[in-house]
Amino acid sequence: MDKNHFLQSFAEQFDDTDPSTITLETHFKEMEEWSSMVALMIIAMVDEQYSKKITGADLREANTIEQLFERVSSK
Amino acid sequence: MALLHNKYVSIKGISACVPANSVKNTDNELFAPGDINAFINNVGVEELRMAEKGVCTSDLCVAAAEKLLEETQTDRNDIGIIVFVSQSPDYFFLPNTACIIQDRLKLSKETLAFDVPLGCSGYVYGLNLIASYLSAGQIKKGLLLVGDTASKIPNAKDKSSSMLFGDAGAATLLEYDEQSEGLHFHMATDGSGYKAIIVPEGGFRTRFSAASLEEYTSNEGLVRTPHSLHLDGFDVFSFGISEAPKTCKKLMEHLAITNEDIDFAVFHQANKMMNEKIRKKLGLPENKVPYSLKHFGNTSSASIPLTMVTEMRAELQQSSTRLLLCGFGVGLSWGTAYLQCSPIVVPELIEL
Repeated sequence: MDKNHFLQSFAEQFDDTDPSTITLETHFKEMEEWSSMVALMIIAMVDEQYSKKITGADLREANTIEQLFERVSSK
Repeated sequence: MALLHNKYVSIKGISACVPANSVKNTDNELFAPGDINAFINNVGVEELRMAEKGVCTSDLCVAAAEKLLEETQTDRNDIGIIVFVSQSPDYFFLPNTACIIQDRLKLSKETLAFDVPLGCSGYVYGLNLIASYLSAGQIKKGLLLVGDTASKIPNAKDKSSSMLFGDAGAATLLEYDEQSEGLHFHMATDGSGYKAIIVPEGGFRTRFSAASLEEYTSNEGLVRTPHSLHLDGFDVFSFGISEAPKTCKKLMEHLAITNEDIDFAVFHQANKMMNEKIRKKLGLPENKVPYSLKHFGNTSSASIPLTMVTEMRAELQQSSTRLLLCGFGVGLSWGTAYLQCSPIVVPELIEL
């Protein structure tokens, strides 16, 4: 799994947020546009692109996009 | 690998019953209008049927069964087995609701009757169970009753589930039929995900107490009690979009069939966003995948037969249909059935 590709795919799930403002260090749950619906889009994106399952615990315990990437890539 | 084939069994008819009381999610005053609209747009549920206090799943199932037995002109003495698949029994499992229903339907005392407490996967499991009994040829007919008063399980203030679950009961009549190819199944289980959909207290692991009814607010801001439904929407979504397409593909590959060999693929009505992901992953066209979600919500084990009654009634009555049925959810438990139906009896939706 490529970290920057993951970041790019992650950022594509947002409609109103400028992708250039989203970095690996972004605390994604603090983003204005973050919602449970965006979370579902992220889960679907990871399933589609990486064939991996994100759980509720992954989303609760990861704070930054990089932390989420680490959890997903170790599956 | 649970790939199963029950020969010499066919479905004779299907009926469904919902409470007459319809509740619109836009009328919900507990949540902000913006949240409600987002929920309706993504999850796809506009209204729910909610049973009054005192109306049980068994009441809906009995009404559905009475109508079905009447319209199929079934001799009640031919029914050798009745299975009630539900997580909302009349009593706390003593006695099994199926036993009470045997008497209410005036079925013979020579009838096998028992409950199977599965949820969203329950219709497929119930079909497999009754088909297994029938295919040996010793029992002529079997009645599968499925459903839940699922609207009564979440806490009203729990945004994750209180606008999602509706109530329904359904009856399916199956019979021994030497001319029939029968039903094909793939069934599976992953109990490691048992916490994804759970009522934490009130069973024997943690007995019911006064504290079971105390409300608390979760980290995600959901108001629940230990005795109300706890749904981890992220876990369930992740599970559904991954396992539902896999189980369908597994059965289809095993039977060497393609989407061309399916007239209708009926999925458990979980959530529009999830179900659309599943449909697209399988490459199924929209016209082969009916939904009852918008008007009835997620109706647990009744969702597949309810969808067949409300969305496919004319086709099921008039022509032979090749069906792929897939249920997935609480357990975690899931399964897929493939079968061919000759024209079957489908009474109009009953309202109670």
